[in-house]
Amino acid sequence: MSVATTAAPARAADSQTFAGTTELLRFALRRDRRRLVIWVLALGGLTVYSAVGLGAIYPTAAERQARAAVISNPAGVLLSGPGFGTDDYTLGAMIANELALTVMVAAAIMSIQLVVRHTRAEEESGRAELVRAAAVDRRAPLTAALIETALADAAIVAVITAGLVGSGLAAADSLVMAGGIGITALLFGALAAVTAQLTGHARTASGAALAVLAAAAVVRGVGDLLREGGSALSWFSPIAWAQQTRPFVDLRLWPLLLSVAALAGLVAASYRLVGSRDVGAGLFPPRPGPAEGGALLSGVAGLTVRLQRPSVIGWAVALLLTGMVFGSLADDVAGMVAGNPQLAAAVGATDDADVTAGFFAAASHYLGIAVAAFAVASVLRGQAEEASGRTEVLLATAVHRRRYLGAVLGVTLVASALLLLVGGLGTGLAAAAVSGDTGLVASEVGVQLVHLPAVLVCTGIAAALLGLAPRSAAVAWTVVAWAAVVSFFGPLLHLPSWAQKLSPFAWLPRVPDVPLDVVPLAVLTLLGAGLIALALATFRRRDVPA
Amino acid sequence: MSDEPAVDVHGLTKTFGTVTALDGLDLTVPVGQVVGFLGPNGAGKSTTIRVLLGLLRADAGSVRVLGGDPWNEAVTLHRRLAYVPGDVSLWPTLTGGEAIDLLGRLRGGIDPQRRSELLERFELDPTKKARTYSKGNRQKVALVAALAADVELLVLDEPTSGLDPLMEAVFTECIHEARDAGRSVLLSSHILAEVEKLCDRVTIIRNGRTVEAGTLDELRHLTRSSVTAATERDPSALARLPGVHGLTVHDDRVTFLVDNDSLDTVVRELAALGVRSLVSAPPSLEELFLRHYGDELAAVGVPEP
Repeated sequence: MSVATTAAPARAADSQTFAGTTELLRFALRRDRRRLVIWVLALGGLTVYSAVGLGAIYPTAAERQARAAVISNPAGVLLSGPGFGTDDYTLGAMIANELALTVMVAAAIMSIQLVVRHTRAEEESGRAELVRAAAVDRRAPLTAALIETALADAAIVAVITAGLVGSGLAAADSLVMAGGIGITALLFGALAAVTAQLTGHARTASGAALAVLAAAAVVRGVGDLLREGGSALSWFSPIAWAQQTRPFVDLRLWPLLLSVAALAGLVAASYRLVGSRDVGAGLFPPRPGPAEGGALLSGVAGLTVRLQRPSVIGWAVALLLTGMVFGSLADDVAGMVAGNPQLAAAVGATDDADVTAGFFAAASHYLGIAVAAFAVASVLRGQAEEASGRTEVLLATAVHRRRYLGAVLGVTLVASALLLLVGGLGTGLAAAAVSGDTGLVASEVGVQLVHLPAVLVCTGIAAALLGLAPRSAAVAWTVVAWAAVVSFFGPLLHLPSWAQKLSPFAWLPRVPDVPLDVVPLAVLTLLGAGLIALALATFRRRDVPA
Repeated sequence: MSDEPAVDVHGLTKTFGTVTALDGLDLTVPVGQVVGFLGPNGAGKSTTIRVLLGLLRADAGSVRVLGGDPWNEAVTLHRRLAYVPGDVSLWPTLTGGEAIDLLGRLRGGIDPQRRSELLERFELDPTKKARTYSKGNRQKVALVAALAADVELLVLDEPTSGLDPLMEAVFTECIHEARDAGRSVLLSSHILAEVEKLCDRVTIIRNGRTVEAGTLDELRHLTRSSVTAATERDPSALARLPGVHGLTVHDDRVTFLVDNDSLDTVVRELAALGVRSLVSAPPSLEELFLRHYGDELAAVGVPEP
């Protein structure tokens, strides 16, 4: 009798452990139904389109072999895979080598965003308090977020597998490649579940997880550069574990055990942390700040600098490091091509200088598009500021609307120029260090700054949308996304010239590979200036909040 | 300074798509007065205030703030007014003190003495990051920034939401001081006791239209007082007098409502019955307010007062 009465409450408590998970999961799926469909279809569609398209573009073994030579250059290796099967470059090997990385990184970004969105972002907004006051276990929001992410990744795996098998590729290899993508994406989602417990802010939580993702991509890139097929360094990156399954070449499953173990460890860590902390709290308690506003806080420009400073510093560090990785390859590029006449022919290089210049043109392109992403994000923060009512408070003081938007855009452009400078400096310094040619510092900075007019156009498009159609200003991201697709896959997929020219970056002269032509730069600058003028005029005339 | 009111709005109309938010609204804030701006949620108070601040553009009607056009002269006018929104959102990474200084500087300077005095009176810690503030504390940040500014007009949109009763008392004091200093105040609220305590004039709006405007006394004249009396003789006959409503008799006590313009006649008749005790109360603002929204209450099943 006494045993029964004491045992009953304990059992009751156990059955409540994950109370509310099902309801929260259903709610999350409903909230995200559009975004999930878009992600799954976009990533699945890209893979399937590539599988079909590549078969048509490279129908013969000889053509695929020429492509293998092109992709074996350092810039290619950094942005593709470890290069399994390049001696017999089948369609499957091509997809696993060149496409898997992009899809994996994109799916990981999706997973990070989903997890943070339903855990820390909910807590930061105070909505989690409302939910947790109901009969909901403290682990339920995390569990629902992880299950939703796992379902989304599983859907991506299913679509990719079906697409690849449908294009006539081996079923087992297709499933392992897709499964590797899914497990790795979920692993980064679990990482975000840990960072979401550590920091008090959703932005910091997703920023930290994204930084680890970027580091993982760089580590495997450099590791694979050191040795074809991957060096010891590669194995420190979870991305490499999926790539090391060698789908369509020499399939093996065991590297994915590392992914599963890491995934389990991260999930366990996140549950451990979520079970032992207060709602809304991070690992670090809030500290008091200054009681008075410093000299910086005396205008909208100063305020914008203050608000953007942490993000600009983060971007600067990332660009500097990425630039240094590119720059450190200055010597190797020429060496790799020298030993590979097929590659030299493929890049149309007649001497070493040409090859190096072509490589730097491509590298500066990637950094330029990253800076455009910063610029668009920076302008679109205005949308969130407006929705939160803070823009209203500023405009109710003696601040003219043109001045407000002008300050935000001005800070964005100055920060973008600085970021280009830092990226160029990273490339140039590392290149000068490995080659001993100090002149490379100035020339790489110059090459990078040539991208400013294209960044200006992206800024202008985001700003004009903010003025004209603030609710759909996020459409500006499609410009950056398209620029990235054109740069990464334009040559691989043989995109038509007009489609490539829709990217503002496609208009830039490919310095230092070709001589500097100022006409396109002037046209882009005028276009950007015109868009910004349009933004200032339309923002002046519309209601705030719109 | 001319006799022109601090705020003068006539026939203001504003639509959002197919929704008419403001439908010919009138509003006046005479210089040096505190005007209460009343209406239930969704009546158009915040929309009106955003038009006054030049954030929204009026579709029709005339709007003058401090003698100027709020849309075209926003910046010049904003140097002379301060605004407190109903739901204050602050920059999460800035401290309260930083936000106060930023807003003060953007308005053209802040009096450091008044700032520190107000911080003390509102018991606000300026070193905390805005994201750690409660709603009441965020409200205090906006109040300190506005009240520390040397301006002619205060535009306050439900400024006391989230404040505790002690802080509400401090706020009341501050508004009295502002009026004594000759400032004009537009105070939107749905806390009727607060408006009754603070305001010289009241404008009541409903569905984007002004339904009542004037001093509290003027408005009271339009309505009924309640009377409770004990008389020596049977008072039932009073029910037949014009202007008497809802008369009930319990033993020797009679209670009824009387139109204010009939009060004189009714009191004479009452006196003739031999009055042993008499209590007469003017209508509270609440009764005034409920009279205009009585049909809405009826619709949701609450009996009319």
